[in-house]
Amino acid sequence: MLAGATVIFLFVMTLLVLAFSRGPAPASAQADEAREKVWIVGLGIGFSVTVLAALLTYGLVVGERLLPRPGPEVVTVRAEGRQWAWSFSYADAPGHVTEGVLHIPAGRPVDVQVTTVDVIHSFWVPQLAGKLDAIPGHVNVLRIEAWAPGDYAGVSSEYNGPGYKDHVFTVRAHDEAGWIAFLAGGER
Amino acid sequence: MNALRRHRALTRIWASDPGWKGWFTTVNHTDLGRMFLFVAVFFFVIGGILAMLIRAQLATPRSAFVGPDIYNQIFTMHGTIMMFLFAIPLFEGLAVYLLPKILGTRDLAFPRLTAYGFWCYVFGGSLLIVSLLAGIAPDSGWFMYPPLSSRIASPGINTDFWLLGITFVEISAICASVEITVTVLRYRAPGMSLPRMPIFAWYALVTAVMILTGFPPLILGSILLELERAFGMPFFQVEHGGDSLLWQHLFWLFGHPEVYIIFLPAAGVVSMILPVMARTTLLGYGWIVAAAVTLGVLSFGLWVHHMFTTGIPHMGLAFFSAASTLVAVPTGVQIFAWIGTIWKGSPQLKLPMMWILAFFATFVIGGLTGVMVAVVPFDWQVHDTHFIVAHLHYVLVGGFVFPMLAALYYWMPHATGRKRFFKLGETAFWLISIGFHVTFLAVHWVGLLGQRRRIHTYDEGQGWEVINLVASVGGFVTAVGFALVIVDVALNAAVAIRGSRDPWQAGTLEWAMPTPPPAYNFASLPLIESRNPLYDDPDLPVCLVRGEGYLGDPSRGRRETLTLEVASGKPAYVVIFPTNTALPILMAFVTGGIFVGMLLKLYWLVPLAALGVAAIVVRWVWSLGSKRDEGPLEVGRGLTLPLASEAADPPGWWGSLFLLLANATLFGSLLFGYAFLWTVAPNWPPPNYLEPGLVGPALVLGGTALSMAGIRLARWKLRCGGGPWLGLLLSVVGAVGTGMAAGTLLLRTSFDAHAYSATIWVIGGYVLFHAGLVGGMITFLTLRAAAGYVAGRRVGEARIVQLWIDYTAAVALLGLGVAWLPGVLT
Repeated sequence: MLAGATVIFLFVMTLLVLAFSRGPAPASAQADEAREKVWIVGLGIGFSVTVLAALLTYGLVVGERLLPRPGPEVVTVRAEGRQWAWSFSYADAPGHVTEGVLHIPAGRPVDVQVTTVDVIHSFWVPQLAGKLDAIPGHVNVLRIEAWAPGDYAGVSSEYNGPGYKDHVFTVRAHDEAGWIAFLAGGER
Repeated sequence: MNALRRHRALTRIWASDPGWKGWFTTVNHTDLGRMFLFVAVFFFVIGGILAMLIRAQLATPRSAFVGPDIYNQIFTMHGTIMMFLFAIPLFEGLAVYLLPKILGTRDLAFPRLTAYGFWCYVFGGSLLIVSLLAGIAPDSGWFMYPPLSSRIASPGINTDFWLLGITFVEISAICASVEITVTVLRYRAPGMSLPRMPIFAWYALVTAVMILTGFPPLILGSILLELERAFGMPFFQVEHGGDSLLWQHLFWLFGHPEVYIIFLPAAGVVSMILPVMARTTLLGYGWIVAAAVTLGVLSFGLWVHHMFTTGIPHMGLAFFSAASTLVAVPTGVQIFAWIGTIWKGSPQLKLPMMWILAFFATFVIGGLTGVMVAVVPFDWQVHDTHFIVAHLHYVLVGGFVFPMLAALYYWMPHATGRKRFFKLGETAFWLISIGFHVTFLAVHWVGLLGQRRRIHTYDEGQGWEVINLVASVGGFVTAVGFALVIVDVALNAAVAIRGSRDPWQAGTLEWAMPTPPPAYNFASLPLIESRNPLYDDPDLPVCLVRGEGYLGDPSRGRRETLTLEVASGKPAYVVIFPTNTALPILMAFVTGGIFVGMLLKLYWLVPLAALGVAAIVVRWVWSLGSKRDEGPLEVGRGLTLPLASEAADPPGWWGSLFLLLANATLFGSLLFGYAFLWTVAPNWPPPNYLEPGLVGPALVLGGTALSMAGIRLARWKLRCGGGPWLGLLLSVVGAVGTGMAAGTLLLRTSFDAHAYSATIWVIGGYVLFHAGLVGGMITFLTLRAAAGYVAGRRVGEARIVQLWIDYTAAVALLGLGVAWLPGVLT
């Protein structure tokens, strides 16, 4: 995307520079009509529509891949934001609540049900997925997946008052044995 | 009569009061335009200082310069000031100053309304600045998302300053837009049909209509949030059937068109200046008009792209993603039309042109990053990071501030009558354009590295330190550049040498008058036969000064101009403008009582101030019109026209029409909110729905029918030369019936029980207010008829009242109908 944007930018700038290095052009209604065809119909509409259609298709295809889809492998957890902390609970271990650390199994898709008890927050683990807002009264579902066990940094990314900067959490991805141990209550 | 005597006579008629008093009583668009621009720049300086505080804070990690409490106020106020107190008013100021001049008329459609809007802007903006100085400024972000801005999370007065101050300021945006719309449609030089208008007028028209339809959702949102904060009406509280997402929809229904409301005037400026700088004419005038209109329409379909991370269903995302990329097409059309214009001419690298080139480079980057964030998966990563901060600054500074600097240097010789002598502007150009790019390229980068927006500081070791320091240094260089521009303008306005009348050899009408412009603009109004009248006839200015155009005879001793039929450019009627008056500033001051009463919880002051406003309105409107028919007037060049007061569609009718457009959008937003809560909000249905019964529906059906029939009967009687009394009586009885029907809603629900009943209260209150309003209007019309102002050919006022009666009937039937609907369905 960046490369494409750079090319388009350089193209437009080149047109501008060329405009300055040319002598005066013939002026007539007919010449103007021809120019409108080149500049407006050709570049303005034709060029823009082509580039944008390609980009849009790409975005929709990628977006479709990121959608949460049901499957036997999927683990469901719940993230509840408040000023300025996160607590997490687990469908596979009812009653089990962790503060500030979300435990997930590595290598399996995880659906995070994101919600809040006070103001709007946003759940964001940059290495695992995009962000999703936690909105009072609503539960939004974000699909994340960690390929390898380890700790991943998470932040709130919707401004939520004076404690915003330090409103962070950690996602801890376990290998299979670790995950089973966690569910059994080995680690809180 | 020679040119000098005509100048003196016209100046006597049109001039503002001399001395300091003139500031407060002027209704002249040149004066008010300059005052608007001056105040907007003043707020820009304050917003700029806040920006520098932000960059000082972020220059180093773990900065102890300010804590989060102050920092939150600073970034909230930076955004708020730049959007509401700088960008929009700067457009209004430019349009107020320029429009009558490029359209070839003598003032805007409603001179006193211009002044009223200006003073509302000054007073409302002052409220916000007072809060800033007192350290109790809004601190929930410029977007004010509840519940963070609700009473629970923000119990202080900070948020109220925002909601009330901004709504007060928006009165000025609505006033200016009504004014601009009616002026562009009706107040032009004879012969200037729509396709002959200067391109800026098209842009101003589209922008004004967008303000009329874009601002009401935010005004409604602010009213609802203030009602929630003041009286506990739970529109946004989820536990009582509200939904905080409703605010986001209302806010971005305004917020996205707002971006184009800011960009379009700048595009209009580029379209005016660029061809002159390239010594040619604009390529693809028709295409550009079409692109501007398309942009205006499309921009209302994109608001959800600010909400991509709120859990909108995927189909919705795809639709809004497509719409967001589509909007780049008309923008692309304009960009390539401008480049084509330069190719066609022989461009000169003067200072306004340099700013336009800076605009191109910056805005194209901003547009490309904009297309990137329209791609949903990418947005999910960069949303609420500094990447977005950089993107929006590229769009707003590149797309608005740089073209406005081009406009400043292009029209400065017009406003001052002087030739630029001190060349500080070129130095400032390089400081600003280099400083800006250094700052915001760095900000893009640090955003991609994950730095969130709105954090008051950050820790070391994330690789952000150097980039932030570079951004801050760039920011200070930019600030020095802006300071230099201000010095440059002040110096050149005060002491530079006199310049020629048309320094750029432009073809539009603003250069056909002496500079600095006289109070009356044109000694006589030209006949227009093309888009660039000065290219057709270089002697036009001399002919106009000699009084060879229309309305060149000042002997009637009043402020006269003429209007056209909308499309054809055929002269329609003569308008007599009001003279200098302190009523606008007085009315703005009393209007302030409503807002200050709400702010300080002095609720007794609110109805008192509202009554005061009503009294001033009566005084204001009473002074118009005449007690006798004057018949057709001589307007010069053998043409005779009737007076506005003897026309079927006087300016007040057109003004009402566009005010009602804004009003209908407000009402539509209210119904949208109602439907949204009903279908989306959790904790619905409410404990019980309101049952319509029989009395309410009977009252509203009978009342609306009676008021609509009554005013028609009155108009028919007036046309036949009879007395309108019976019709007016029926009409006022109908208004009372409508009001009583709305009253049943308020009596039978509790305003703070549930978001449902709170919404019913607002709908009922809205209808009740309008019933009262038209009741007052009918009473006023009765008094006017009794005093002899409404008789003979002078029946336009009855038609205005009819427009309001019909509108009220429509909202009463629709509003009460949907209020009763759930009760009927269950």
